[in-house]
Amino acid sequence: MTASPILQVDGLVKHFPIKGGLFGKRQVVRAVDGVTFDVAAGETLGIVGESGCGKSTTARLLVQLIEPDTGQITFNGKLLGRDLSLRELRRHVQMVFQDSYASLNPRLTMEDAIAFGPQVHGVPEGKARQLARDLLDRVGLDPQRFAGRYPHELSGGQRQRVNIARALAFEPEVIVLDEAVSALDKSVEAQVLNLLVDLRQERKLTYVFISHDLNVVRFISDRVMVMYLGEVAEIGPVEDIYERPGHPYTQALLAAMPSMDPDQRTEKVPLSGDPPNPINPPSGCRFHTRCAHAFARCGQVAPPPIELNPGHRAACHLLREEPKAA
Amino acid sequence: MAATAEQLQALARIEKSPGYWQTVGRRLMRDPVAVGAGIIILILLSLAIFAPWIAPHDPYHGRMLGRLSPIGTPGHPLGTDELGRDMLSRLIYGGRLSLFMGITPVFIAFFVGSAIGVAAGYIGGTFNSIVMRTLDVLFAFPSVLLAIALSGALGAGIVNGLIALTVVFIPPIARIAESVTTSVRKLEYVEAARASGANAFTVVRVHVLGNVLGPIFVYATSLISVSMILAAGLSFLGLGVRPPEPEWGLMLNTLRNAIYVQPWLAALPGVMIFLTSISFNLLSDGLRSAMDIKT
Amino acid sequence: MSKPPLVEVEDLTVRFKGARDVYAVNGVSFTLDEGEVLTILGESGSGKSVTLKTLLRLLPENRTDIGGKVRVGGEDVLAMQGRKLADHRGGTVSMIFQDPMLALDPVYTIGEQIAEAVIRHEKVSSKAAMARALEMLERVRIPSAARRLKAYPHEMSGGMRQRAMIALALACKPKLLLADEPTTALDATVQIQILLLLRELQQEFGMSVIFVTHDIGVAVEVSDRIAVMYAGAFVETGTTREIIREAKHPYTHGLLAANLVGAKPGQRLDAIPGAPPALETRPTSCAFAPRCKHAMDICRAKLPPIRRWHDRRWVSCVLAAEEHASA
Repeated sequence: MTASPILQVDGLVKHFPIKGGLFGKRQVVRAVDGVTFDVAAGETLGIVGESGCGKSTTARLLVQLIEPDTGQITFNGKLLGRDLSLRELRRHVQMVFQDSYASLNPRLTMEDAIAFGPQVHGVPEGKARQLARDLLDRVGLDPQRFAGRYPHELSGGQRQRVNIARALAFEPEVIVLDEAVSALDKSVEAQVLNLLVDLRQERKLTYVFISHDLNVVRFISDRVMVMYLGEVAEIGPVEDIYERPGHPYTQALLAAMPSMDPDQRTEKVPLSGDPPNPINPPSGCRFHTRCAHAFARCGQVAPPPIELNPGHRAACHLLREEPKAA
Repeated sequence: MAATAEQLQALARIEKSPGYWQTVGRRLMRDPVAVGAGIIILILLSLAIFAPWIAPHDPYHGRMLGRLSPIGTPGHPLGTDELGRDMLSRLIYGGRLSLFMGITPVFIAFFVGSAIGVAAGYIGGTFNSIVMRTLDVLFAFPSVLLAIALSGALGAGIVNGLIALTVVFIPPIARIAESVTTSVRKLEYVEAARASGANAFTVVRVHVLGNVLGPIFVYATSLISVSMILAAGLSFLGLGVRPPEPEWGLMLNTLRNAIYVQPWLAALPGVMIFLTSISFNLLSDGLRSAMDIKT
Repeated sequence: MSKPPLVEVEDLTVRFKGARDVYAVNGVSFTLDEGEVLTILGESGSGKSVTLKTLLRLLPENRTDIGGKVRVGGEDVLAMQGRKLADHRGGTVSMIFQDPMLALDPVYTIGEQIAEAVIRHEKVSSKAAMARALEMLERVRIPSAARRLKAYPHEMSGGMRQRAMIALALACKPKLLLADEPTTALDATVQIQILLLLRELQQEFGMSVIFVTHDIGVAVEVSDRIAVMYAGAFVETGTTREIIREAKHPYTHGLLAANLVGAKPGQRLDAIPGAPPALETRPTSCAFAPRCKHAMDICRAKLPPIRRWHDRRWVSCVLAAEEHASA
């Protein structure tokens, strides 16, 4: 737990302007609004939240597919833009996307797709191809059968293995997985999760694992970050979050999980309504419009993160009102 | 190197899937309409190329006594025109200029328009707005008017006609190129390529071009028929090719007085234009569906 | 003694004709009583949605071969024509889908769409139909229903649209509701709202429901019985408790493990290897055998025997049959 952070994210903000027509008001989607967290080397940080919470934007900001409005990213103690070039960051931090088909160029064979990255970074073609074949083999696809194939000839699970191989080709230290197993069938998802677990151990990888599936996040993560409307609601060790959630939103998310027990079905709706629109997020605590415990201050002042246990923080006024005795 | 033989052997054992264009070709071959259209185009092209060996008569040589002889006249299977020149020979020779005027402007506009559109689509933002709005100004004119105005301003002649037609076709091709590129750019494989640290030029070359040129090409082939008709129209108005050159549009023009005397004869150049343009359109349609490989 | 079942499906087969044939459903039989909720649980390509669509005759007729018997309320669905089929669709049986944006018409308001369905099936005045539409929106707990009546689908949030689609489906009081992954695209907190709503409405209306999903958790929340489907056939059926607690088929076990039931964080999962078959031919042996860790020669040689405790609890696997024989 005392490992030094490999990735430090500080005050990340990204607003997307949306056009309001010729005379309309200029509005912004506050996709990510002041997100700060660390990822320790070798750990897996799970990021959960509902649509519009900013988890995918956070992922894209981490690999700089979009530039943050403000905020800093530090990799291995080197500040991006000062001590670290974008190109270097991209070699160390790779990403796997949700849509396995859209992630692969339909005109490239699997071997070419994987070998592209290393070639960009100066590996000669023959060596890059050999590497691609080794990696195909490592992710469980027979190179003889798959190296010459095109994306449409593969199943979703096979394509996602190729996407993982492509990320591995850079020999990255961090892989950001944005809903990487969400589109797969359950039985295939389990295979890919196994692969991810094996690779993590074998290559000392650090994962940032983004998913809406709380079961999967619990299975793979060491720490979990819960996001709501562009902000961090709660972050902490996985067992703390699942067993002793501090934030009412985290509690609601967990209560919304299907029970899996026919004798103890969910009887009460933990949270009513849909997640609000990130265009005009509520003032104060963004969750107060859906929160059962909200009181006057929640609508006025945004709660600062409060440390519940070492490494376990939640941003909620309730936690300050009551002493930490509970 | 000892490893080389082994590597070569490994390479040889890799199962290779047919490439994209190979698959498209195979699918195209299974489409009887497209194959038929392709055969007609090939025949028309070879007639034009080998015109001197195929044409029975000199297309410029007229006989004042044998003017407007009907279809089926001995020695002139398709009759003769208003100056007594052999129609068959003139139609065969006419294909040279007509096809040239139909294909060349689209060909040039394909390169220029794609370059502009792909650049605008990939760079996006303000650059995109400036480029595309400028093209919209050109696009706002009906293509016939624009072609007439341009070649009117430049003066009659083949080269000026080509320039006018090329300018007419750049905006629509650039527009298609821009919209296809914009949609491809948002796909995750392009994002993944950018996340690999490759520069914009490499990303465009490896990941964008291969996926956008196909659709643009299909669109461009559908413009060939438009170009042929426009070229014919320019000639008809006396702005493109000038007499006595054989060219289908021009022939249509010079024969229009004969329409009351020999209507079938007068319609022959029109038939050629129609046949060519519909063949190109059908081929383009076939290509579009052949390229739509999903599974 | 008891009423005849509402739905009787007997040896249903569906084959899609085309460049390559697909044997999508290969001999599915089940019955469903009035007021009962059955979940068909399976992965993509298992044939679960196809089975559901046959009950409404929604498959393209010229490209499908349908065999077997399908009866709803005693009527032969596969023989229905014209007026009768129209009454069947939306009247006796209605369906809700994964994506309400595709199921709702974007150019009409929610109220107009519900009223139109009511008028078509019940021949009431448009005023009465509108009143029914309002009542339905209230019954699916849409807040400020009167205002929402005049809303277009795109003006509503995802959860509200799903409620509106349920209101539309239930407007004519169907005896049977078919639900094709209606909560898959929703956020977790919204999904549970819709599941609980469906459960309440099912009891209020006393209708039967066939629910199709790939998510065991969802199945447990809504269903009385579960049928596990693989490669176009049911491999195991039973009550929800029996499937969760006493699963017999290796595929059901695998699915439970894949849903991370009792998984140890960070430990390898007991995953099913491989992928489902392409079904270009009708299976002549156990379709799951290539992925099954218990597979024996006999599994690859012929179709597995069925061990049947009673009509609604059976497993099609050689292991369960052997266990029975030796016991």
